[in-house]
Amino acid sequence: MSATSVAAVEQYDYEIIKKFSIMAIVWGVVGMSAGVFIASQLAWPWLNFDSPFLSFGRFRPVHTGAVIFGFGGSALFATSYYVVQRTCQTRLFAPGLATFTFWGWQAVIVLAALSYVTGFSQGREYAEMEWPIDLLILFVWVAYGAVFIGTLMQRKQPHIYVANWFYLSFILVTALLHTFNNLAVPVDLFSMKSYSLFSGAQDAMTQWWYGHNAVGFFLTAAFLGMMYYFVPKHAGRPVYSYRLSIVHFWALSFMYMWVGTHHLHWTALPDWASTLGATFSIMLLLPSWGGMINGIMTLSGAWDKLRTDPIMRFMIVALSFYGMSTFEGPLMSLKDVNALSHYTDWTVGHVHSGALGWVAMIAFGSLYHMIPKLWNTKIFSVRLINAHFWLATIGTLLYITAMWISGISQGLMWRAFDDFGNLQYSFVESVAAMHPFYAMRAIGGMFFLTGMVLMAINIFVTIRQGKRDAESAQARSAVAAA
Amino acid sequence: MDWFADPANTKPLGLLIFFVTFCAIVLWVYGSKKRGKRLEEHKNIPFLDDEDEVKDKSNG
Repeated sequence: MSATSVAAVEQYDYEIIKKFSIMAIVWGVVGMSAGVFIASQLAWPWLNFDSPFLSFGRFRPVHTGAVIFGFGGSALFATSYYVVQRTCQTRLFAPGLATFTFWGWQAVIVLAALSYVTGFSQGREYAEMEWPIDLLILFVWVAYGAVFIGTLMQRKQPHIYVANWFYLSFILVTALLHTFNNLAVPVDLFSMKSYSLFSGAQDAMTQWWYGHNAVGFFLTAAFLGMMYYFVPKHAGRPVYSYRLSIVHFWALSFMYMWVGTHHLHWTALPDWASTLGATFSIMLLLPSWGGMINGIMTLSGAWDKLRTDPIMRFMIVALSFYGMSTFEGPLMSLKDVNALSHYTDWTVGHVHSGALGWVAMIAFGSLYHMIPKLWNTKIFSVRLINAHFWLATIGTLLYITAMWISGISQGLMWRAFDDFGNLQYSFVESVAAMHPFYAMRAIGGMFFLTGMVLMAINIFVTIRQGKRDAESAQARSAVAAA
Repeated sequence: MDWFADPANTKPLGLLIFFVTFCAIVLWVYGSKKRGKRLEEHKNIPFLDDEDEVKDKSNG
């Protein structure tokens, strides 16, 4: 253990980061278990147990809420508090407020899950929380913004490192999206139920403006912030091109806001809005790939690290999936492709190539890098990380391959006509044809979940080891002082 | 001026403003070698607080 690392532990506010890191792992296990459960329900419907509390419809938002906001959100809080302190070389602003963000955010996840299983939902994808929970999110988010911006303002480093720009845009845009998408009128002050301020096509457009920008800024920009700090840091080499990272940031920021309407092709939405969404989606390919190349090329000249370091492997495979899903997204936003892919499992596969391949893997890599530093120790088992990597990769591939086959088959079956112009297949025939792929998807999810459980065990032992090291160091110094 | 006052024209106007701003940013980033060198130096910020870490500056 070096003197500098001791200084870092004392210099920075790590307690709040430790809490969020642990909860990221906990929510990862919970959310992915819920995912495997609902995937299994689709393959084997008896798993609904004829209970409304365990039904797919109520459990699906429990899964998305726990993985996106519980796992992803906690990982983002943890890494953003870590990165902003270390790149600004200062402690967190208002640590009490930071503690409030922790308890507030955990309360949001728990209350949201409880409200879903008891049947409360706004019916807006990824924004199912009813208005009292939305208000709590608002308070937590304002506090988060205050802590992050306050820390930036008291920085000792004159320049704000690019990772912080991505985190800041995520905080600002999420505040904007959350506020406008949840403008609703409660039925009664003591009722959980509320109705949206918007109606019809405008309501749908507001929802998908939120939905796609949540993907863009919560699941992409923020995790790019993670990438721009942890990939160079773990590789021990600065990012390939800092100028490219600046252009990457501004191009993403300017373009993402326009693309939400590609979720509403062939609907009551005006055609120009739909075309605008598709056009900007195609243009987004350039900054997305610019960022991916910037991340991957950071390893230029040191590719051997991929052979020896499973954490680096997590990060580079994450970037590869980022490149793949940001190619697939623009492709699916084309109206003709969308006519085949929309409402099918292809969309589900696309989301998961981003969510499992990009978001989860870059988060795993970053947490594996950060957690031993927080507890001032070494990771318990590199072999377990390696096993986790392969389980996650195989699980992701099984999942997305199953959904590609299933989605394209669905799309083709739904629009097949016989010689008399009648639909060739009934809907239930397409459902029956999907069964093997639903089973394959559930198995893919089981692989991914098993990897997550291995990570939880590895991290648990690492933390325990870090605590023991600290206790014995304390005991040694006490003996030396005596 | 009437064109600017028409609310229906805010979309193309917004697009124009964003596009010009973006072009200005790209020009600012890549327009000067001296500025480019200064910007590239910021890539080392993540390593400044860890003096003990081995830095490989092949990209820098």
